[in-house]
Amino acid sequence: MSRIDLTQMKTGESGTVIELYGGYGMVTRLEAMGIRPGVMLTKVSSQIMRGPVIVKIGTTQVAIGFGMARKVIVRVD
Amino acid sequence: MIKKILLMGNPNVGKSVIFSRLTGVDVIASNYPGTTVEFCKGCVGKAEQKADVIDVPGTYTLEPTSPAEQVAVELLNRAIEEKDSIVINVIDATNLERNLNLTLQLLKREIPVIIALNLWDEAKHIGISIDVEKLEQILGVPIIPTVAITGEGIKQLVTRLGEAKKSQYQYEDKERWHEVGNITNSVQVITHKHHTIGERLGDLTIHPWTGIPIAIGVMLLVFAVIRFIGEGLIGYIFEPLFENLWSPVMMALSRFLGGQGIIHNILIGQLIEGEIDFGQSFGLLTTGLFVPIAAVLPYIIAFYLVLSFLEDSGYLPRLAVLLDKLMHTVGLHGMAIVPMMLGLGCNVPGALSTRVLESKRERFIAATLMSIAIPCMAQIAMIFGLIGKFGIKGMSPVFGTLFIVWFVFGFLMSKIIKGESPEIFTEIPPYRLPYFGALLKKVWMRIKWFLREAIPFVLLGVFIVNILYSFGIIAFLGKIAAPIVTNLLGLPLEAVGALIIGFLRKDLAVGMLAPLGLSLKQLIVACVVLAMYFPCVATFAVLLKELGIIDMIKAAIIMIVSSFLIGALLNLIL
Repeated sequence: MSRIDLTQMKTGESGTVIELYGGYGMVTRLEAMGIRPGVMLTKVSSQIMRGPVIVKIGTTQVAIGFGMARKVIVRVD
Repeated sequence: MIKKILLMGNPNVGKSVIFSRLTGVDVIASNYPGTTVEFCKGCVGKAEQKADVIDVPGTYTLEPTSPAEQVAVELLNRAIEEKDSIVINVIDATNLERNLNLTLQLLKREIPVIIALNLWDEAKHIGISIDVEKLEQILGVPIIPTVAITGEGIKQLVTRLGEAKKSQYQYEDKERWHEVGNITNSVQVITHKHHTIGERLGDLTIHPWTGIPIAIGVMLLVFAVIRFIGEGLIGYIFEPLFENLWSPVMMALSRFLGGQGIIHNILIGQLIEGEIDFGQSFGLLTTGLFVPIAAVLPYIIAFYLVLSFLEDSGYLPRLAVLLDKLMHTVGLHGMAIVPMMLGLGCNVPGALSTRVLESKRERFIAATLMSIAIPCMAQIAMIFGLIGKFGIKGMSPVFGTLFIVWFVFGFLMSKIIKGESPEIFTEIPPYRLPYFGALLKKVWMRIKWFLREAIPFVLLGVFIVNILYSFGIIAFLGKIAAPIVTNLLGLPLEAVGALIIGFLRKDLAVGMLAPLGLSLKQLIVACVVLAMYFPCVATFAVLLKELGIIDMIKAAIIMIVSSFLIGALLNLIL
């Protein structure tokens, strides 16, 4: 079990969100899209050169910019 | 009695389709978040029981993060104050948990709510079943499963509107997500999931190593299809119609008017070697009708067919993700391709759609870049007509220059204007096979809009041109502008007429270059300058509203200075 951020996850890997770093505004936006502590997600892909990360939560796919993705901490089992 | 109905929900759940079903009012709906940025109004019911329906821009939460979401929250607050209003909360059944977050926020407000559980068929298809009765009991408001695109459930929704009520549901704000999770677990069963073709395609188009080549392929195909359809329509339908049917009528009218005189010149224009030349005669009934209908409309049809397909399939947000990095170099993020793509059709909807962007800085950069370097389809169609015969040798300097300008100016603006560019954060909707009827209706709406906006302005433009020429005003202005137009840009004095009309309609302005007998180099310079130097009056009005007067002045200065700079540069190096 390790704590890593979304950009460090491998494509296809699943994990549980344990923490969101960042200001109130960013946390609100992430949570509104369903990304919040306790939620399971799977990394679908990431773009080259620090591009956006795509994750899947339930049936929703969400693209998250690299900087924002680094602030989402997950535990990969 | 209900006076006002607000359609609210997350982005991309089908609010606009439900709106259209309820009111019969046509609105644009697409498969990507943020299609509706401005609210839209219609009515439902008959005579005594008529109620206003408002299509509210999508929002994930009642704590707004963009101007479009701000609009949503303001509309809600106003409706609560006014009483006699209800909310139809549209929920995406395939994403119950995320959607319920907004629902719970809505239930706390002092307004009756009724829920449309939309995309019901898709939820069933991917193996999600929801116990509607139980959900109704928990939330304490009526819930109606709907499939907006086919109209299923809409009748029931309308008959039950009166049952909308304020919920008694209680919870602590801090515990909202916890509540949402509990509700979802108790009403939703996910039986099985098969990997659909759409999902596999989704994966391929978003992985960089497969996605980028596919994106390049798609763009080339888009270009080829637009030219194929556009040229086909012109060559086989519109031009023959004008040449064989309209031309004899006009010749008869010309003879009737005696072949000359002021009325003849305004209606028919100049006869070229005793014949009507629809490109050069410049009368209201000749060139004035030919430009919008035969030269531009075919490309408008072609472009919107292709764009609507891209929109409804769900490809646009994927393209946004792939191009995110490129867009960051110009101070924007991937979703800014939406205003750019819409701008290619017409700069007006392009400018409006900048509202999906989060910061003022982004909206300024996106709006300025779009109006400088993205020519609208009407203008592109005329450029095709004028320079197309030179092939790649003529086209690439024009569009290549505009692309370089887009990139360099964007880069400079992102460096000079203070602030950071927010990152992309968007839902990627599943691929959906476009519903053909809805797609054609959307294309038709956009064509109607074009005809309504373009034809009066083109006719007005032709009229003004004739007046200006008859009174020698063009010649006079030409003399004043000679240092810039002739010396700097290397264009003949008459080209000043095109620059003036360009404020009104860009397509007509490009058309005015046709009779001047310009060399290829002059055509390239003139087309680039016309594309860049100022937005047309319709776009200008929208930009003024979106940016405010100060930013609009800044943008205008950037446009005017840069267009003459680039024009002079092209004149030197070509």
